[in-house]
Amino acid sequence: MLARKPRRKLFVWADPLFVWLTRICASAIALLLVVMLFELISDARLSIQTFGFGFLTSTDWNPVTGKFGALSAIYGSALTTVIAMLIAVPLGLLIALFLTELAHPKIAPIFNTAIELLAAVPSIIYGMWGLFVFAPYMAKHVQPALADTFGYLPLFSGPPMGLGVLTAGIILSIMILPFISSVTRDVFNMVPPVVKEAAYGIGATRWEVTRGVTLPYSLRGIVGAGFLALGRALGETMAITFVIGNSHRISASLFASGNSIASSLANEFSEASDPLYLSALIELGLVLFVITIVFQALAQWWLGGLSKKGL
Amino acid sequence: MTALIPKKGYSRDAVNLLVRVVATFGAMLGLFILGWILWTVIEKGIPALNLSFFTKLPTPPGMEGGGMINAIVGTVLMTFLAALGSVPVGILAGVYLAEMGRQERFATVVRFVVNVLVGVPSIIIGVFVYGLMVVPMKTFSGYAGAIALSIIMLPVIIRTTEDMLRMVPDSLREAGLSLGIPRWRVTVQIIFRAAKTGMLTGVLLAVARVSGETAPLLFTALNSPYWLHSLKEPVANLTVTIFNYAMSPYRDWQAQAWGASLLIMMAVLVTNIIARAVFNRQFRGRK
Repeated sequence: MLARKPRRKLFVWADPLFVWLTRICASAIALLLVVMLFELISDARLSIQTFGFGFLTSTDWNPVTGKFGALSAIYGSALTTVIAMLIAVPLGLLIALFLTELAHPKIAPIFNTAIELLAAVPSIIYGMWGLFVFAPYMAKHVQPALADTFGYLPLFSGPPMGLGVLTAGIILSIMILPFISSVTRDVFNMVPPVVKEAAYGIGATRWEVTRGVTLPYSLRGIVGAGFLALGRALGETMAITFVIGNSHRISASLFASGNSIASSLANEFSEASDPLYLSALIELGLVLFVITIVFQALAQWWLGGLSKKGL
Repeated sequence: MTALIPKKGYSRDAVNLLVRVVATFGAMLGLFILGWILWTVIEKGIPALNLSFFTKLPTPPGMEGGGMINAIVGTVLMTFLAALGSVPVGILAGVYLAEMGRQERFATVVRFVVNVLVGVPSIIIGVFVYGLMVVPMKTFSGYAGAIALSIIMLPVIIRTTEDMLRMVPDSLREAGLSLGIPRWRVTVQIIFRAAKTGMLTGVLLAVARVSGETAPLLFTALNSPYWLHSLKEPVANLTVTIFNYAMSPYRDWQAQAWGASLLIMMAVLVTNIIARAVFNRQFRGRK
């Protein structure tokens, strides 16, 4: 006993020190978000003061005359995201359904791994594939077919160049598909087996169990996953930059080239020598930052009651 | 109640079959796209991966030959530096969330911020670091690139660390504390040891994620055709090189961009597969 006492006194500071060390590191994270917000606001101040609220509603984007507006970029981000969600949400649900209900236990792990890997592929690879393989394919086969069938709609008018909003949206959908299907799969797996077995017990088919039990049970999680996927799609940069065509205009046609907030940043940041130009680009970034924070906050509030697992 | 009365069996079975077929088709489509992308990158990348790709510097625009040794070194170095910075901070912050701050409201705030940061587009991080470091230092630099990558890694590491530490049962903590061991030693010598594999998996996945990042490097590390002299200058890296080469009109450069894509993709996928295999083995062993 006597031998231990001095040792304890020697290290009595170690525990509070460790606790405070972890607390400081955690505070650094919270601080980081605040610093980011302030840094972006202060870098964008010139543009905010020059254009005010008109920045968000103007379609001008002219570095020569020094007129900048974010509307075409916001429109492009929104449109590509909508296309991506329209394709990826139903397909993601189907894949999750396949993985949880239909796949043979021996082949399900193969598909699971494939989906995880698809999620891990860096976005620049999707960009390369999109630019050199998928866009020519779109120009040659998909877009002419769409134009032939639905050509009377303004959505599918114009020359089939391959590059453009539609191609960008489809590639974006491929990129968020693994995220949606893996999260949905996890949510489906959280449905208590007893409830499903009860439904099977009264003679329901797999589809009836899915529609009547699994889907209602996991709706909250699916919607939350949708918010998170939306946030991801809005901020995706490289894949879109490769294929969207990069022009600051709003066109009714999905075949036309356009731009998104992130692709404008990636393309023009290094050539922006004028302070106002640079500041306008940073304000674009600020807009995107605020939008993603809002979607993240919404998703977290929505999922509040759910287990955090996987989200 | 009417829903409980079975309709004629045929139509119910038909709908069921239809859904099964459609869902199976959807899964096949996903697998097909993955295969298509992998195959394209491998097919176009392998011819470019010759000896000079791994040993030579890039050539001036339009000239044949050359390699990417400087970009490979730059990417590895910046990723390593980023991990060096974010792993200790991330693990300590994760410890706060899982161990120290359990009863503190502040932990909820931090957890919220971490979740938001995971979702912040990486290009925004690039813009932020540009304003924070590139403008004051008046030059693009490898340090700025490493900082940007570490900011992207940080929330991922914090989240996996917290999740992994929470999987360790409380009885282990209580057992340690009841022996009079101080909390920091319980955490470092007992809890860390129990969660070791999971934490390692998290770090590996975070490294894999940032090593393929392009957007944050565009405005921080930029790129360079020269050897790495100092991290205070623009540093060559694979991803930005891919972007520049792919957008160029030169066939030879585009071919090299495919080679670099294959290299990056293989590195990322192999890291992912190893991380998951290690994690799964540990998991199965416990059960």
